[in-house]
Amino acid sequence: MDLFEYQGKQLFARYDIPVSPGEAVTEVEAAVAAADRVGYPVVVKAQVQVGGRGKAGGIKLAANAEECREHASNIIGMDIKGHTVNVVWIERASDIAEEYYASFTLDRAKKLHLGMLSAQGGVEIEAVAEENPDAIAKIWIDPVDGLTEAVARAWVAAANLNPAATDGAVDILLKLYNAYVDGDGDLVEINPLILTPEGKVHALDAKVSLDNNAEFRHEWAEYAATQERDDREQAAHEADLQYVGLEGSVGIIANGAGLAMSTLDVVNQAGGSPANFLDVGGGADAKKFINALTIIDNDPRVKSILINIFGGITRGEEVANGIVAALGQIDITSPIVIRLDGTNADEGRAILEPHLSEKLQMSPTMLEAAKTAVALAKR
Amino acid sequence: MSIFVDENTKVVYQGLTGSQGKYYGGLNKAYGTQVVAGTNPKKAGTDVDGVPVFASVADAVRETGANASCIFIPAPGVRDAVMEAAEGGVQFIVCITEGVPAHDEAWFFNKLRRDFPDVRLLGPNCPGIISPGKCNIGITAGHIAKSAVPGAKNVGIVSRSGTLTYQALYELQAQDIGVTTCVGIGGDPVPGTSFIDCLAAFEADPETHAVMMIGEIGGSAEEEAAAFIKNSMTKPVSAYIAGQTAPAGKKMGHAGAIVSGGKGTAAAKMEALAAAGVKVGANPTEAGELMVEIVRAL
Repeated sequence: MDLFEYQGKQLFARYDIPVSPGEAVTEVEAAVAAADRVGYPVVVKAQVQVGGRGKAGGIKLAANAEECREHASNIIGMDIKGHTVNVVWIERASDIAEEYYASFTLDRAKKLHLGMLSAQGGVEIEAVAEENPDAIAKIWIDPVDGLTEAVARAWVAAANLNPAATDGAVDILLKLYNAYVDGDGDLVEINPLILTPEGKVHALDAKVSLDNNAEFRHEWAEYAATQERDDREQAAHEADLQYVGLEGSVGIIANGAGLAMSTLDVVNQAGGSPANFLDVGGGADAKKFINALTIIDNDPRVKSILINIFGGITRGEEVANGIVAALGQIDITSPIVIRLDGTNADEGRAILEPHLSEKLQMSPTMLEAAKTAVALAKR
Repeated sequence: MSIFVDENTKVVYQGLTGSQGKYYGGLNKAYGTQVVAGTNPKKAGTDVDGVPVFASVADAVRETGANASCIFIPAPGVRDAVMEAAEGGVQFIVCITEGVPAHDEAWFFNKLRRDFPDVRLLGPNCPGIISPGKCNIGITAGHIAKSAVPGAKNVGIVSRSGTLTYQALYELQAQDIGVTTCVGIGGDPVPGTSFIDCLAAFEADPETHAVMMIGEIGGSAEEEAAAFIKNSMTKPVSAYIAGQTAPAGKKMGHAGAIVSGGKGTAAAKMEALAAAGVKVGANPTEAGELMVEIVRAL
């Protein structure tokens, strides 16, 4: 789950990481009122989960109420790479002497936490990694040990920050690591981490991605409510389905994440394009198929639906009964192609047989089913 | 032979008294697995369909000689359950539970690596392991797997996906090809057992003659496996990588199945594997057919 900058900064503040005073608002006059409280000059920052906000005109400096009003009215409602700006963050402008970069994430290959620190901040870290990899000081942290002050200090020294920033950077890195571990971050990133002319170090931006699997031990309802989801993703979320919206015309339902991914692959290989990823999971509950079919059929992109089921412990006839029961309770507009294989596939197919029509077809293999679904989508 | 488990493996089920543990523990027992114990601190002294329940893994090990555990505990309790199993004295831990926080996984992976280097963890978020005819721990349907045949050319399977693994077992069974062991390493970011662990074990197993591997987008485990295959394996391998058309930046069902920052794409993995001499299929069916061709040619 990705947070907006303002949510990331509020999270940082709870871990005592210095951030600029600011407020998140959704209306122009509220922006001006917030700026009055924060104190001019302020920065008006579009809150979207996409890079390149500055270049798109989504970050503006305002010296007074008039400028703040002008920028806020331009930025609220602005479209940045397909993301509509609903919230702006009004923050006290900072004087910047130097810009750094700091982050923690999991190194899946080493199975250790990876900390990255660079004296070259304020630009995309991928570009720094590409052009000047030596400018990034990396450390790997064993989660059992955690990050100690001595290690953090040596790390800061290795990154060649301005000596004036050393103490502030060590302090922030220790707190950022705590926010990352205690807060269950997939990624915490500060870019830029700044040194002010007065010698203070603080976080000028916040990029935070949280591990959804850890939601049970956190209060994340507010973040979940502000996730950028389209209508179909929202409906799938509410139905507790593993769903990712795509742009093609073949709706996909499969049991198992791997099988669902491979269904997308074969639809593409058959010359079509999937409208979604959907893992309906194990079991054969009619309710799950009703939810899945309804969400997919309500998607205007969808022209045909491919149901790809492989029976393991859940038997073919159970799945077939679930699908038949679901189709008895809802009207589906798009034609459906079913591939059913695995445990008791023959029994399952026999149950589906009397229900077959132009609108409900069956194919014995994944490839044939994909070809049929693609042909139907193109008709 | 089989890898990691065999007919002598005695399993204690952590969470046997819960609905999932009871259901799959029962199926595993019916398959012939030595299901010797369950644990539940509040129900010690009771039994589940004749399987005795103990307060802890340590008690179960002492009383029954259990040497493996299978975890069906809900995600919030998995970190403690894994450590309880290791401290209790089992050598092999299979964690079926899905939804375990990545920080917990990273923590217990490193804790085991340091304090219990001889203990193997499989999972979390995996279907388990089956050595057909000998031992089935987890949620795989035993009847879709054909036992390895002495003297014949048998296959080992290692996979990050559940359903695709079942399909591979089923297709090999249809072709009358036996499987020594099928290991589901799971779809999470920090799997306890890696592709390489399994490939090395299959390479060393005299009864396994070829290996089928099923990977997916995210991370670099398949690239690392490719390097291992190139440098250290003599047995032929076929592979399929799921998610060739998955969009970047989205978790595709599994917590670990995500392309981020241009890394972890199926294309890069397929290329690395092909360069290592692996027969890479464009879809699961093709990978299965390639495996059949490999076995027929041996």
